[in-house]
Amino acid sequence: MPLLDVSDVTLTFKGIAALVSVCFQVEEGQIVSLIGPNGAGKTSMLNCISGRYHPEAGSITLGGSELLTVPTHRRTSMGLSRTFQNIALFRGLSVLDNLMVGRHAQLKYGLLSSILYFGAARRAEDAHRRRVEEIIDFLNLSPYRHQPAGLLPYGLQKRVELGRALAAEPRLLLLDEPMAGMNLEETEDMARFVLDINEEWGLTVLLVEHDMGVVMNISHQVVVLDFGQVLAQGAPEAVQADPKVLAAYLGSEDATFLGR
Amino acid sequence: MQDKCGLFFCSYRAESALFPSGFQRACLAAFLLALVIIPLGINSYYVSILCLMNIAVIGAVSLNLLTGLCGQISLGHGAFFGVGAYTAGILAAKGVPFLLVLPASGAVAAMAGMAFGLPSLRLKGIYLAIASLAAQLILEYVFLHWESMTGGSNGLMLMAPEIFGLKFDSDIKMFYLTLGVAALTVLAVSNITRTRPGRAFVAIRDHYLSAEIVGVNLFAGKLQAFGLSSFLAGVGGCLWAHYTNFITPEQFNIGLSINYLAMIIIGGLGSVLGAIFGAVFLTVLPEALNAVAALAGQMLGGDPTASLAALKGGVFGLVLTLFLIFEPDGLAQRWRMAKAYWKLYPFAH
Ligand SMILES: Nc1ncnc2c1ncn2[C@@H]1O[C@H](COP(=O)(O)OP(=O)(O)O)[C@@H](O)[C@H]1O
Ligand SMILES: [Mg+2]
Repeated sequence: MPLLDVSDVTLTFKGIAALVSVCFQVEEGQIVSLIGPNGAGKTSMLNCISGRYHPEAGSITLGGSELLTVPTHRRTSMGLSRTFQNIALFRGLSVLDNLMVGRHAQLKYGLLSSILYFGAARRAEDAHRRRVEEIIDFLNLSPYRHQPAGLLPYGLQKRVELGRALAAEPRLLLLDEPMAGMNLEETEDMARFVLDINEEWGLTVLLVEHDMGVVMNISHQVVVLDFGQVLAQGAPEAVQADPKVLAAYLGSEDATFLGR
Repeated sequence: MQDKCGLFFCSYRAESALFPSGFQRACLAAFLLALVIIPLGINSYYVSILCLMNIAVIGAVSLNLLTGLCGQISLGHGAFFGVGAYTAGILAAKGVPFLLVLPASGAVAAMAGMAFGLPSLRLKGIYLAIASLAAQLILEYVFLHWESMTGGSNGLMLMAPEIFGLKFDSDIKMFYLTLGVAALTVLAVSNITRTRPGRAFVAIRDHYLSAEIVGVNLFAGKLQAFGLSSFLAGVGGCLWAHYTNFITPEQFNIGLSINYLAMIIIGGLGSVLGAIFGAVFLTVLPEALNAVAALAGQMLGGDPTASLAALKGGVFGLVLTLFLIFEPDGLAQRWRMAKAYWKLYPFAH
């Protein structure tokens, strides 16, 4: 059984279709990339999975349980977390606290315990802080842990957002253009992190990315969206050679990466 | 022998303490000791100002939780404070002991706060401010016209509070009572700020879409912020009612709400310490203006009271405007900068 199963998902905005009967699967332990020209519906697809948008039809299951009937904030505890295309950090919180908020769904102590900051609350805060520090070390964010996230440079903010998503201990991680706007070095770092997360931590990743070099290098599977429809899916080499895909990308800047 | 330079932490718990260094703890202890001793040696008029300060701290810190931390603008805080005051007046008249009246005032105010907080689930920013203004006006109307309960424009009388036979019937006793409750309020809000619910509040304020993604229930979170904030405001209102011994609807009008907003803006939105600074500052300011006016009156001769009253309002507005221009981050930020300066002294840059 695939970890994520998207079947026949249709989403329209005021009569205009953003997604049309989209079907694809993500197998446990894989990195699957969702690609396509601008406006193809990639972000909309992630929004349907994470609960921001509600598709008119179709079903999305995670580990066999239906996601679409679950309120957005509960999907976190089902093993889902994500980053956003545009930075969506809590600007006023420190890097550390951004990651601690990421653990919101796992911290279970009650309000009274928090007011007294005693017993359960204190133990939980300490234990979770330890794990969050591990993630901070992994992402090389230690020097910035006490800085307000909003004051960091763009590349670091992207990394903090990845950290916040990781702090939720997801089974499936959705990344919306994590390398957009980054220079070569930052892109390589980010690609390294995504690979490590997948290979060493065993997380399944659904990646939306424009950098075809990265996509073709690190993905196990690639799904191509165009005008809200799945154009092709399969191994990177197969997709790269698919004439339909080449046609869709013709004239776009990404065409060169596809071998044109 | 070598002294340590700067602060090093050997555990996460030590680092997240409210007052990490021994020096800070010593300063806090000295400050609290001074607070306890000073009222014994000063004129009761000044003690009464200190009482008002304690109550203002409760009001400002609680509003800061809602507006500064959670980002929900409220122009109705004074009315929730009033709900606490009226609950106290009504229950005290029925002979309910003060130790029950205090939490009950908070609870009733919390219910009112959550009910009027419901629009926040749909409204943001300026629209929410208008909705909370409606709450303020509706509650003022209730205070004035539900005469069988509130006494209408005649108001309600209260006796001095009594705990286990101890009557708080002087300014100085009321000072200790209000100080105790204010200290507990500050401690509670500080603890909320540094744990799960407080982080969730800031998450809602800074990016509600992301907040939802990390598992924050926006509905429950906002209601919790409204509930907690008005609970504490209600407790403040209860103390106010017992301190003044007489409450009328106009004490809890829109002016009070604006005063609390001004306190947290002047102090620095989102900072507990800032709310305290703001409360102290705006309680002292009118008194200081009075003193200046009296002095000017003596020097000029004649009776300048009327024109000075108008001047007071003007100066209040002027101070607020100047703060917004020159200290947009509030007194708390100024305090942090001063601390950083002295930490590095004489090598500050
Ligand atoms: N909230 C929205 N309201 C209306 N139209 C939207 C909304 N979100 C996305 N769309 C439309 O859906 C299509 C797909 O957008 P998007 O998913 O952002 O594409 P991509 O991420 O692949 O660039 C676009 O035509 C876009 O205009
Ligand atoms: Mg997009």
